[in-house]
Formats: sequence, C-alpha cells, structure tokens
Amino acid sequence: MEAVYEKYFRDNLPHIWCPGCGNGIVMSALARALDKLGYPQDDILLVSGIGCSSRMSGYMDLNTVHTAHGRALAFATGAKVCEPRLKTFVVMGDGDAAAIGGNHFIHACRRNIDMTAIVINNSIYGMTGGQFSPLTPTGKRATTAPYGSIDRAFNLVDLAKGAGATYVARGDVFHAAQLTNLLVEASRHKGFAVVEAVATCPISFGRYNNIPEPADMLFWLRDNTVTVQQAAKMSDEELTDKIIIGKHFETEAVEYCEEMARLLADKQADNEKAGDENEV
Amino acid sequence: MTEIKNKHVQLMQGNEACALGAIKAGASFFGGYPITPSTEIAEYIAREFPKLGRYFMQMEDEIASIGAMIGASMVGHKAFTATSGPGFSLMQELIGYAAVAEIPLVIIDVMRFGPSTGLPTMPQSGDIMQARWGTHGDHSIIALSPSSVQEAYYTTIRAFNLAEQYRTPVVVLLDEKIGHLREGFDISQDLEPEIINRADFVDKAATSAGGGKYLPFANTPSGVPPFVPLGQGERYHFTGLTHNQAGFYTADAEQVATFMHRLCHKIEDHVNEIAEVEQLDCAGADCVIIAYGAVARSAQEAMVELQSQGYKVGLLRLKTIWPFPAEQIREICADKKLVVMPEMNMGQLAVEAKAALIGSGVPFHSITQVNGRLIAPAPIMQAVIEQMAEHSVKQGGGR
Ligand SMILES: Cc1ncc(C[n+]2csc(CCOP(=O)(O)OP(=O)(O)O)c2C)c(N)n1
Ligand code: SF4
Ligand SMILES: [Mg+2]
Repeated sequence: MEAVYEKYFRDNLPHIWCPGCGNGIVMSALARALDKLGYPQDDILLVSGIGCSSRMSGYMDLNTVHTAHGRALAFATGAKVCEPRLKTFVVMGDGDAAAIGGNHFIHACRRNIDMTAIVINNSIYGMTGGQFSPLTPTGKRATTAPYGSIDRAFNLVDLAKGAGATYVARGDVFHAAQLTNLLVEASRHKGFAVVEAVATCPISFGRYNNIPEPADMLFWLRDNTVTVQQAAKMSDEELTDKIIIGKHFETEAVEYCEEMARLLADKQADNEKAGDENEV
Repeated sequence: MTEIKNKHVQLMQGNEACALGAIKAGASFFGGYPITPSTEIAEYIAREFPKLGRYFMQMEDEIASIGAMIGASMVGHKAFTATSGPGFSLMQELIGYAAVAEIPLVIIDVMRFGPSTGLPTMPQSGDIMQARWGTHGDHSIIALSPSSVQEAYYTTIRAFNLAEQYRTPVVVLLDEKIGHLREGFDISQDLEPEIINRADFVDKAATSAGGGKYLPFANTPSGVPPFVPLGQGERYHFTGLTHNQAGFYTADAEQVATFMHRLCHKIEDHVNEIAEVEQLDCAGADCVIIAYGAVARSAQEAMVELQSQGYKVGLLRLKTIWPFPAEQIREICADKKLVVMPEMNMGQLAVEAKAALIGSGVPFHSITQVNGRLIAPAPIMQAVIEQMAEHSVKQGGGR
C-alpha cells in the first residue's frame, strides 16, 4: 500500500487541503487506480482546473497541468489529440466542470475523446469559501444561498450521458475502494469516461449545512448512497435525495482520436497519389 | 495546394497567405471558432492540414480554442488560431495563462470594427491595446502587423519563430483590409525563410542546470527557459500560479518578483531584435508619417503624392507593434519638424508614439478615423499640409 503513495506523489507536501477534506481520498483512489492500471508514469497526463480539488495536479508525480477555472477539458483536448499515446485524466470541481466549464464538459462528452474526467463533487465552491454550485442540491445552504438554494441542480450522470459520454459512473469518498475500481474501469474504457466522485467539504459545505464534522459527513454519505443495483429495485419516492453510486452507463462509439487518425491517413494517401500524378 | 509552387506570381488573399505561412512555419495544431473576417484561415487549414497529417479542430468557442492550443503546445506542437475582436476578447484570460506558463502560441487576429458586434465586418485597427493590455496583470507580449499579402505570409512565419524563441504567445494583428485583400504573391526569388523550433534552444547543459533535474522555468541568462515538451520523459508541472523555477507554486516575495521581471524583460530587453520598422525616405524628411497595417499603404501613397508636390515627407512603417519600438522612433523622428500618425481607431498607438517623442519638441499630430472605412491618402495629405503650415515648415525647404 505504501509503495503506491511514494511512487505517485511528489515530495512537495504539505498540501492545501483542510483536515477532513474529501479531496485526499479521491487522490488516493486515483493513485491506487493508477497502480492497478500499471501505465508508466511518464505516459500519464493529469490535467486539472481551478479549485481545491484541482490542486491535485501539483501533488502527483505525473505530467501535470493546473489550468484555469473551467478550462481543464479544453487543455486536455488539445494535448490528447496531438499525443494520443498519453493516458489522460482530468480532475475538476463541480463548479469547474458544471458551471464555468459546462460548455467544455458537454462538448468533451460529445467528441468522445479517450480520457477519464473526474468531477469531484463536494456540492460547493470550496476554494472561494462556500458559494453554491450547479450541483448544490436545492435547499442546501451556501454563503450565497443563506436561506437555502432555490436553484435546481444538475444530475451530472444524466448530463454526461445526454451529452454523449460513453462511460458514466458515480462514486463517493466513503466507498473509496469502489471509487478506485470505477476509475480503473473508466480509464480502460475506450472513449470519454466521466466519474463523478461525490466528496466531502466539511469547511465550506458541512459547516453551513449542520454537518461540520468530517466523520459525520462520511457517515452521511454511507447512509444516503445506494448502488445502481439497489436503486433499480427502488421507487422514485424511495430514491428522493439518495445518491446512486456505481457504473451508470457504458456504450461503444467512435473515438475521436481514432477518427482523426483515419482522416489524416486517408487525406495523406490522397495527397501522395495526387502528387505522384502531378509528377507524371 | 499545400506548398507554394514557386514558379508563378499568384493572386492571393491575405488570410490565405497567413494560412500558408503557418503551414510553412510548421504549425501542426489549429483550434478555432468561426468569425468573420478571419474564417478563410480556418477553412484553408481544415482543408490542408489533414493532407499533411496535422491537426485541425473546430472548438465550441474561442476559450476552448486557446485552451486546446495551449494543451497542444505543451506537448510540443506549434499551435495557432485565427479570430477577430470578439473572439480575441474571449481568449484573454488564457492568453495571460500562456504568458505566465510561457507557452508558444500564435493568434492571428483579423481585426474588425468594435466594440461588441460593432460594424461587422468593416475594418478598424481596434485591438492594438487589447493585444497589449487585454489580460490582467503584467507580462509582455509580441504583436506584429503586416501591410501586404506577401508580408502576411512572412509575418506569420516570423510570429511562429518568435513564439518558439521567446516562449510566448504572439499576435498577428491583421487589418481586415489586408486579410481580405487579393494581390500578387510571388516568393519565387526569395530565400527560404528560417524556421525556428523550441528544440533549437534545448541543450543538455541547459536541461541539467537544476542538478540533473530539468527546470522548466529556469532563470537563464537570456530570460527564456528551454522548453522540453510535456510527456517526453521530464515529468513536470504547469500552472497559472506564480511558480518557482521547477514550476511549483510559490508566494515567496523574492521568487515572485524575479519571475515577474523575467517574464517582462525576456521580451522588453530584446526590443531591438524583435521590433522591425521600415523607413521610406525618412532621412532628410521634414515630416515623418508613422503608420502600420493597411493604413501604411494609404500613408505611402500620400507620401509619394506629397513628395511630388515638393514636400519632404518620409514614412516610418511599424511592422512590429509590441514590444513598441520607442527608441527607434525617437532616433528616426527626434530631429524632424513634424510627425503625423494616421490610425483606423481613436489613436490607440498614437499614445505610445507621442510618449516616445516626449522631450524632443517635435510636433505630433494623430489622425484618427472610425467610420468603418480605410483611411484614404487624401486626409493624410491634407493633415500633413495643414500641420506643416501650422508649424510653418516650408515646401521643399527648411524652417
Ligand atoms: C474565471 C474565474 N472565475 C472565478 C474564479 C474564482 N474561483 C476559483 S475556484 C472557484 C470555484 C471552485 O469550486 P469547484 O470548482 O467546485 O472546486 P472546489 O474548490 O470545490 O474543489 C471559483 C469560483 C476563478 N479562479 N476564475
Ligand atoms: S474548503 Fe472544502 S474542499 Fe476545500 S480544502 Fe477545505 S474541506 Fe476541502
Ligand atoms: Mg466544489
């Protein structure tokens, strides 16, 4: 177990995360997943946005890019299309992916480029101190929703599926072993894979919503998550406010980089033929 | 047609010349979003890049376009885009990122009338200051402005070269009038242009400066750290946060200040190598017209006509806008009796030119036009004649 930590983490700790933050659990799940996947570290690209969660890129000993708020997928798109050999992971916050980066998110789903997008959903803007995000459940409190949010929230799983992602899963930081497995599966999937990692932010979310203790937040997750299999047997009413975890969706579709390679091969061949004819 | 057949004079459009220049320079990634009057570049590249095994992507917006370009450049590709004012505005945050993370990029901004949707798509040299100060914070930038179709080709190649050499975004500020102009293009007698690659600056010594570890943001004497693309064995980190030489966040006052100064000075200390100006009959002239882009063509016509009427007039054409060649302007113009500067905007660059001449005592007159039309030679001539009279400079003679 320890070997995993030493290998994938840089020696520039301490990190910025608050005690009890769920981000570290997601990072360790990713490290374990990478260990299972066995890719050479030199071939892994980790791109992140801006937020507490996105600081992860600075801590992991991979090819890493900490981008701008919302833009991680845009950066990753250019890098991956040019260097398809890079095993690409993109870490984003809920605000990062679903608000400011929402447009890039749906278009990345649509293009189906082979990469794994991890959305760390702590239901809040953690880094800026607790404003509500498009994934904050209606009624929850935030510094900018002092009376409870009146906004409706996205269901990220439905959004990703609707936009064309070819693998969609949701895990959480209480079920860290399952989260690891989902990340492995997502990375092995050929195409754009989305893993929503429901995480705990005791400081900027818990404090305003009567669960200030990190352990209580984890227990809350334990008590309010149901697996995809369990959910299939439950009524809509029973599922109200439940977080459904596990693999939600997987399908096969043309992968963008492969399609690009095909186009380039075709057109280069045409070009050479035309060149030969010109010479005659 | 991907390579120019060097045999004939061709009729070519400015935008096409930019696309050809990018191909010649070795660009291998284009990420863009359509906007008139730049779209011909994207269309040309979409057609030609696949045949060359290079990547064209139409992105969901201009923010995605520059994001993808940065990603492509980080892993070692020469990346570029073509846009216009509104798209250029959307790119600003990530232009700042590219400046701070020292990512070579080329942005061809075919300028149109603004602000906002403005007068689409009439010309205005409206993005002169946006190119310099559009981002937040301090950093330097390079911006070039060609005045002909053939020059658009060479300027684009130079933009890529400068981006690679200085690890910086470079903007080609193309007037709509040049972008859409069709004129004769003949490079058959020209020397092969030099093509610069970031790898040219990477030597073993430079990469091992950090005790065997590659320092992606090393404080090198030139101010430009060697760029080893990400994913080629040196596992390092890019961030928009202020960072130390290894690339990791630092808030240390001294390191931050060192970094910020390097970022500005790596360009500002090389103004004379970067900034190119062209002089026409400036020596011995009483009056110098300073102009750039499409307006320089009208200015040249005005100059010729004024000379035929006996006025001693020269033209100083700025091929480089940023870094601003203040010293060269001062040297050329300080002993003149009049400097006029026509611009298709409210005098954006006149602010800089005027500042360059402070203390010289030379009368400076800015000619502005913001009606969506190219400034014709006549108003330039008229201004020169009026100003010469006002400052009592005699035709064909001294004061
Ligand atoms: C363009 C831009 N707008 C706003 C911000 C300020 N900002 C930084 S992080 C953040 C939200 C972070 O929330 P989330 O993406 O959910 O990540 P978390 O911190 O919760 O992990 C915001 C609004 C910014 N950095 N850039
Ligand atoms: S504010 Fe929340 S998300 Fe950010 S580090 Fe603290 S606990 Fe984690
Ligand atoms: Mg969040």
